[in-house]
Amino acid sequence: MKAIFWGTRGSLPAPLSAKAVEAKIVNALVKGAHASLDTVEKARAFCTETLSFAEGRTYGGNTACVQIEIGGPDYLLCDLGTGVREFSLSALAKHGPGKPQTYHVLVSHVHWDHIMGFPFFVPAFIPGNRIKLYSCHPHLERAIRGQNREPCFPVEFETLSASIEFVTLEPAKRYDIAGASVTCFEQLHGNDSFGYRIEAGGKSVVYSTDAEHKPENAAEMERAAAFFANADLVIFDAMYSLAESISVKEDWGHSSNVLGVELCQTACAKQLCLFHHEPVNDDARIDAILAETIRFEEITRTGTALKVCAAYDGMVIAL
Amino acid sequence: MAWSERQVGDAVLAEARGRIDLSNADAFRDDLSAAMAKAKTAVVLDLSGVDYISSAGLRSLMIVFKAAKAEGKTLALAALQPLLTEIFTISRFNLVFPVFDTVRAAFGKVAPGAAPP
Repeated sequence: MKAIFWGTRGSLPAPLSAKAVEAKIVNALVKGAHASLDTVEKARAFCTETLSFAEGRTYGGNTACVQIEIGGPDYLLCDLGTGVREFSLSALAKHGPGKPQTYHVLVSHVHWDHIMGFPFFVPAFIPGNRIKLYSCHPHLERAIRGQNREPCFPVEFETLSASIEFVTLEPAKRYDIAGASVTCFEQLHGNDSFGYRIEAGGKSVVYSTDAEHKPENAAEMERAAAFFANADLVIFDAMYSLAESISVKEDWGHSSNVLGVELCQTACAKQLCLFHHEPVNDDARIDAILAETIRFEEITRTGTALKVCAAYDGMVIAL
Repeated sequence: MAWSERQVGDAVLAEARGRIDLSNADAFRDDLSAAMAKAKTAVVLDLSGVDYISSAGLRSLMIVFKAAKAEGKTLALAALQPLLTEIFTISRFNLVFPVFDTVRAAFGKVAPGAAPP
């Protein structure tokens, strides 16, 4: 099983500015001034091994879209943020437009950042493709159809050439989707959102974005930990700091890196992936949050170590 | 978690000891609220004996801090162990609360009229 991250940003797209790119290049040139970077290989090694992630690369700015690859013929995605455009280009490059595919998409909820990529989901324009959109959310079909409509978008949903189906799921029930076993989990978020636990080939991924957890609510924390139990990977909404999420941004529907660690430790999960990055956080800030989260896991560890990473557009985690 | 407190002028010096987590966060909140009710100006919370605080414990601090602020009172934290300082930094609680290296420094700032303990 693999998790391929096409969009990792929360709330709205956050592309790098020209100034930010310039600052990265200037910093890299200064740091590499005496490093004899006279070949592509040396320069690439310098970029990935000497520079920090924030200095040499970027976490990216696309909104939520994660592909779960389980080895079957069909595609399985979580959410339709702007990252789905990159995914669809990749799928088309692999198969070409003449070979129909089936795409299964688990949608957490219908807030705009999680569906805004659909109008640019190229497979929807191609006859023969089959697209199945799943959610526990009762408004999925209305939201998707409403988005592909004048005056918001010039291509009406009804004119899309692919076969598109909407499937309403129920929380806690187990479904066979794209060859994986999928269960859903209701999460605390404005207008509701749903997490998904995806199991296949003895591996499990939990996709839990746009979810607020109340640390004082033992029952809710236990319910979340049970959903995360022994997962190989938990993709977790870590948009805010803990202080923000229980003070000025309480009831805004998002969680923190600290709660991600606590829940994953309770759940005996193997890996925590910080996801749904706050758009105002630049690459250096996310680097720092990741380092702090790794440290927090170390100082609070009571059992087996929990691996911690921060999602970036283009990241692949093989399980 | 163990708790003790004493009046120092218009303020209260409280001391928590042990581990504060989900199992005792409510009791911690209640003890701290009661101490705040007794204080006219501020509670200085000596955390030198606390070796761990979880998110639930931090939330209890936040609840009392907000309520105190609404009444014009202050909650000051003092003498955090290095590990607690790290937890406060990572969770950004260091940006919310007044945190002091020593109990004496906390009193000097939030209750200068009180005799230093």
